[in-house]
Amino acid sequence: MKKTDSNYSRRSFLKVTSLSGGGMMLGISWLASAKPEDSLAELNIEPVWQEVTSFIKIASDNSIKIFSPNPEFGQNVMTSLPMLIAEELDVDWKQVEVEQGNYDPKAFPRQFTGGSQGIRMAWKQLRTVGSAARQMILTAASQAWNLPVSELTTANGMITHAFSGKSETYGTFAAAAAKLPVPKDIVLKGNQSFRLIGTPQKNVVAPKIVQGKPLFGMDYREAGMLIAMTERPPAFGMRLKSFDANVAKKMPGIVDIFPIKVFNDDHKFGGFDTCSFNEVIAVVGKSTWDVMNARKKIKAVWEVAPERKEKGQNNRETTVPSGLESTTKHYAKMFEMSKKPGVIERKDGDPEKAFAEAKHVIERTYTAPFLAHNIMEPTNTFAHYVGDKVRFVAPIQIPDWIMPAIVARLGIPKENISIELVRMGGGFGRRAYGHYMIEAALISKQANAPVKLIYSREDDVSAGIYRPSYQLTYRAAFDENKKLIAFHAKGGGVPESPLHANRFPAGAIDNYLAESFVIPSNITIGAFRAPRSNFNAAAEQSFLDEISEYMSKDPIAFRLELLQRAKDNPVGKTNDYDASRYMGVLELVREKSGWGKLENAGKKRGVSAYFCHNSYAAQVIDLQVKGDQVTVELVTTALDCGVVVNPEGAKNMAEGAAIDGIGNALFGQLTLTDGKTDQRNFDTYRMIRHNEAPKKIDVHFVKNEIDPTGLGEPPFPPIFGAMANALYQATGKRFYQQPFQPQLKG
Amino acid sequence: MIKKYSVRINKKVHQVEADENMPLLWVLRDILGMEGTKYGCGLGSCGACTVHLNGNAVRSCQLPISSLTGMEITTIEGLSAKGDHPVQKAWLDVDVAQCGYCQSGQIMSAAALLKSTPNPTEEEIENFMTGNICRCGTYTRIKKAIQLAALKS
Repeated sequence: MKKTDSNYSRRSFLKVTSLSGGGMMLGISWLASAKPEDSLAELNIEPVWQEVTSFIKIASDNSIKIFSPNPEFGQNVMTSLPMLIAEELDVDWKQVEVEQGNYDPKAFPRQFTGGSQGIRMAWKQLRTVGSAARQMILTAASQAWNLPVSELTTANGMITHAFSGKSETYGTFAAAAAKLPVPKDIVLKGNQSFRLIGTPQKNVVAPKIVQGKPLFGMDYREAGMLIAMTERPPAFGMRLKSFDANVAKKMPGIVDIFPIKVFNDDHKFGGFDTCSFNEVIAVVGKSTWDVMNARKKIKAVWEVAPERKEKGQNNRETTVPSGLESTTKHYAKMFEMSKKPGVIERKDGDPEKAFAEAKHVIERTYTAPFLAHNIMEPTNTFAHYVGDKVRFVAPIQIPDWIMPAIVARLGIPKENISIELVRMGGGFGRRAYGHYMIEAALISKQANAPVKLIYSREDDVSAGIYRPSYQLTYRAAFDENKKLIAFHAKGGGVPESPLHANRFPAGAIDNYLAESFVIPSNITIGAFRAPRSNFNAAAEQSFLDEISEYMSKDPIAFRLELLQRAKDNPVGKTNDYDASRYMGVLELVREKSGWGKLENAGKKRGVSAYFCHNSYAAQVIDLQVKGDQVTVELVTTALDCGVVVNPEGAKNMAEGAAIDGIGNALFGQLTLTDGKTDQRNFDTYRMIRHNEAPKKIDVHFVKNEIDPTGLGEPPFPPIFGAMANALYQATGKRFYQQPFQPQLKG
Repeated sequence: MIKKYSVRINKKVHQVEADENMPLLWVLRDILGMEGTKYGCGLGSCGACTVHLNGNAVRSCQLPISSLTGMEITTIEGLSAKGDHPVQKAWLDVDVAQCGYCQSGQIMSAAALLKSTPNPTEEEIENFMTGNICRCGTYTRIKKAIQLAALKS
């Protein structure tokens, strides 16, 4: 047993909610007439629920309801987060019903889906919630029975006094427990005592998913609700000049058409209120079809927008350039910038001297386009503005981060804003940017009706908040013995650099230089599953593969050598990775893939490993190439994310990351011509499909006792590198430009 | 033009007043309140809106209401009474879903495949299911679930 940081027991949510829970009385007297074996369901009596804390309700029939605080987009936190509570609460998982908690910062201190942080941040916090409730129930039982707590035990939602043979359900004591103060010293189980954590549990929402239940924002509906869509400039860099909606307004089912301004001119951007087009034309009608048809009849005049200054926090000002941008120009500019000195982000030793004295230098440049998120459920939100209050039903990853912008734009206090959190049909970073909530609220206010704003697929693809377009140039210097003596990374992008200056192989090489550059742009960009890492891993891991070949070294052995150096005698003090864990996943993937074994000698395979979001992943891809067709036969993944809470969900996540990554590596690209995206829907934006998915994916976890370190993103970036390296083995050609598949033609 | 239509969905006849070109997808979602059939692309390119038309898998975003007279339509809501169609059960056994948004369409495609080809090969599964996109990347689990459903039905 170990005590948690006492900060947790002082957290206000535990205190506040246990007090607020005391108001509800638990009526149990009627149970006296019921036979013990009669369940409430059979008696057709609704159980009385008692809120023990904001996270836990226990019913008189001992049903347990656990609220999952974090928004869910498929990372399966609605299963794994309640598992943390149930473990310490000591209840049978089968008793537990899970419900999505709505946005409520007082009840749920961290409602945040992003950065692979869900389980990591909840690991102690939610177990503390479960343990506190269990201790409160124990105390209530002890008082009722007049027996010391030390003589009572819990298991499967029952409290037992072994000596007397007394045994009662948690439900019996829930009301009394809710009135007790939250214990100060909260004791958590040691990992070896876990009964639920570490066992494979199925997605608790799956029964509803397979029946097509209306779980998503897109499915939300209520009486009087209207449908809204927005018409926006056809290209980045343009803005609305004027429009004529007279014909469109007369179309069947159309209620109103009007312009909205998402943010006021003096809006101070906070980082997650990025918005592609500030002034859009809202079309409000009775059905989606009506609205889609009316949109086509709007006669809008667009113009090229001038350069503008965007205000940020702390009086930071960003210049958003004018102009209609194109991918070809972006690439030309990146190549031009890569030849000039960048901003030095890190320097170890004397890289200039080492390069000057080198016997051989390898230089390679890697480039990638923008990527659209392609969340399967297009962007949407329900909003109902009444008086000075707004009610949202919103698919949103981080409600806390859009609230300041909503408050600022609508000019109402945050207490007047409620958000019901709905399941998201994908997120991957896209739904961290909640400008669409403001759009929906403004439309509801103007239309004076409850409104569901939906984006068409074309809207979603062509007005996205994209993964930036990036470039990385690596140089490696070798002495006469082909020893690696210096390493240089120069990274830039539109409009941010992908560089992580303190990541591997920084720390493993005496002479190291990392530089960055940025190219301002009016294309909106944001987080996309493992931001920056998703490109770095592709570039860096391809380059390491190529230089290991030059040095005649096995690619895994070469990486391990570098990591051993970083472990034993690291260069610099700001390296952000743990070399031992890095080595651990490489060793595991080597073992599980049979790397270097004679029986695998003929296989076309590539390896890659990467660290991001506090976890470590390594992958080996086995594939075949025929013409322009790539068949991935096997992906072997090794992961170190610390303790795995739900192995079933974790495996699913890692498999999905491999497929998603292979798809983006082979096919993913959002390109622009004169500000307009060349891809607008799935007929032009190529997504990986069933017949292109790997035939088999094996996932292996490093077993350790490290507190969980995150899983949603880490297995995504390295697969790009493994793909490039395996393609080289199959074709003899190195791949420097994403996506890879178009280069296989001819 | 707005007209009255009589459509047979999940063995029940519904009277609908709608624009003749309104796709079945929006009739289901916006008029009949059956949201199990999902909107993904509106082009028939992603499969999220897959339903059965006389037992065959079709994309409901491509079917104007005016073309459905006399047709038998089945949506995810009508695939089984209690979510216990062999394909749905296999989906639960294999724990397929991540976000779940595309899964109605995946399941409807899979159910149609197994109806016409009770024991499909891996290649047949891949080819038949190619019209259904999943960004979460659950393809390998979907294939496994279809194989399991074939085995059990």
